[in-house]
Amino acid sequence: MSSSRIAEHVRNIPRSGIRDFFEIVQSMKEVISLGIGEPDFVTPWHIREAAIYSLEKGKTGYTSNLGSPRLRRAIAKYVEQYFAVEYNPHDEIIVTVGVSEAIDLALRSLINPGDEVLYHEPCYVSYSPSIQLAGGVPVAVATRAKDEFSLRASDLEKVVTKRTRVLMLNFPTNPTGAVMPLEELKKIAAFAVKHDLVVLTDEIYSELTYDEVPHHSIAALPGMKERTLFLHGFSKAFAMTGWRIGYACGPADIIEAMMKIHQYSMLCASIMSQEAACEALERGQRAIERMKEEYRLRRNFIVSSLNEAGIPCHLPKGAFYVFPDIRGTGLSSKDFSLKLLDAKKVAVVPGTAFGPSGEGYVRCSYATGMNQIKLACQLIADFVKK
Amino acid sequence: MDSLIRILKQNSAIPRADLARQIGLSEDDLAAKIVKLETNGTILGYHAVINREKWDTDAVTAVIEVRVTPEREGGFDRIANRIAGFEEVQSVYLMSGGHDLMVVVEGSNLREVASFVADKLSTIEAVQSCATHFRLKTYKENGILHAVEEAPERLAVSP
Ligand SMILES: Cc1ncc(COP(=O)(O)O)c(C=O)c1O
Repeated sequence: MSSSRIAEHVRNIPRSGIRDFFEIVQSMKEVISLGIGEPDFVTPWHIREAAIYSLEKGKTGYTSNLGSPRLRRAIAKYVEQYFAVEYNPHDEIIVTVGVSEAIDLALRSLINPGDEVLYHEPCYVSYSPSIQLAGGVPVAVATRAKDEFSLRASDLEKVVTKRTRVLMLNFPTNPTGAVMPLEELKKIAAFAVKHDLVVLTDEIYSELTYDEVPHHSIAALPGMKERTLFLHGFSKAFAMTGWRIGYACGPADIIEAMMKIHQYSMLCASIMSQEAACEALERGQRAIERMKEEYRLRRNFIVSSLNEAGIPCHLPKGAFYVFPDIRGTGLSSKDFSLKLLDAKKVAVVPGTAFGPSGEGYVRCSYATGMNQIKLACQLIADFVKK
Repeated sequence: MDSLIRILKQNSAIPRADLARQIGLSEDDLAAKIVKLETNGTILGYHAVINREKWDTDAVTAVIEVRVTPEREGGFDRIANRIAGFEEVQSVYLMSGGHDLMVVVEGSNLREVASFVADKLSTIEAVQSCATHFRLKTYKENGILHAVEEAPERLAVSP
């Protein structure tokens, strides 16, 4: 079939590297996977139970385009309590189908064709394609292992132009687990003000920081609220990936623009998921703490095991990924991952799936049971010995 | 210390080498910490949570609500300890509300438990009354669900 019937801007999007890898892994049996970017926990029971109850009560209709007023109020309260930023639930919050939709809406609302969008790399796989689909020009800024993959304003200064409109941030970061020291974050904020940029901050892992490292959202820094879109959701900390629910908070004019697109493309997020999300925000803290403690212990285990096996791996402060340096093996990220899969049936994701600056690294997710992690670490140690 | 106790409370059988790695201690330091918790009486013992439908299915467990007359000196403690001393007794709690002590008794069959209640428990002078409830089925015990759910399928690799 001729491919020319597919629109050019879609044809130009390269296939996701993670998708290729997924298909290879999927075709094999009994693979131990450290390649999974979602919690192994099922959604806490109290949240599932609340969703069941909402169905029993017959809550099966559309909600307001922006999301149910109850959920928007709960979001406002939660964001104020944990991130110290106040948003008006009436016109500064929109409930979306995951952070994924929030990113798409934000970019489509802000970008004119040819506008440049800065983001740090290695990063989540959807950023560059989402920018392109919105007609923007993706401009990646590489972060470095020596900075534990946090971002430096000086690197942003090198690539900013008159066409730069938006800066995307994601801390803690998928795939590196990086967090931003407050001092550096302040410099990024000053950079955004200086160049009059809108900041999209993807906060999806923000509850998951360890070792008493506080999480700071750029939205909370002085002068930033009016130029920041705060994007967050329930997928990671609340273990709710399949519910497809998230939200954006920000200046009313941008939220209004996002709502325009959302109302015609999505109408509203699923009411059942919205009901579950209310419960998560109102009573989910205990479950988050339980899962977070488990992640912390697994992280310590995996970092210690990999280092002992001779694969240098720093101790990331957030998310549920480690990003070890495999250059010592003499293999590229892709070859390392393919050979490890072939020889030991252990799946890790090549760092290059998250951008060219991921070369030399692989992403191992510790959102998987301790027994699996232990076995995988032993097999990786065997593999590098050879 | 808190996280060590929390982990052991949940899974005391965890291999010590794994545990040491998880909390970032050497195995020797970990062992020393555990010994300290055991000797100072913070950790009193370890046991497995058994599914009674799979093992020793005849065993009977009863929860007994006991009302007692407290003593002028010592209140409930002496009587509670006296009850706690019996082999059949698994747990004893002082309760608020309509009764004073809640006693969990385990026997190898119904007769054994009945005879314990009739011959031992209710004959203690301070005991005014006993209401015995037999356990029919266990759904959750010490934080562990008894119905083992199959883990849901997950994608093998995801972003
Ligand atoms: C950094 C980042 N942002 C967004 C998402 C997607 O989140 P959601 O499930 O809320 O669409 C992910 C999922 O892996 C992620 O890692």
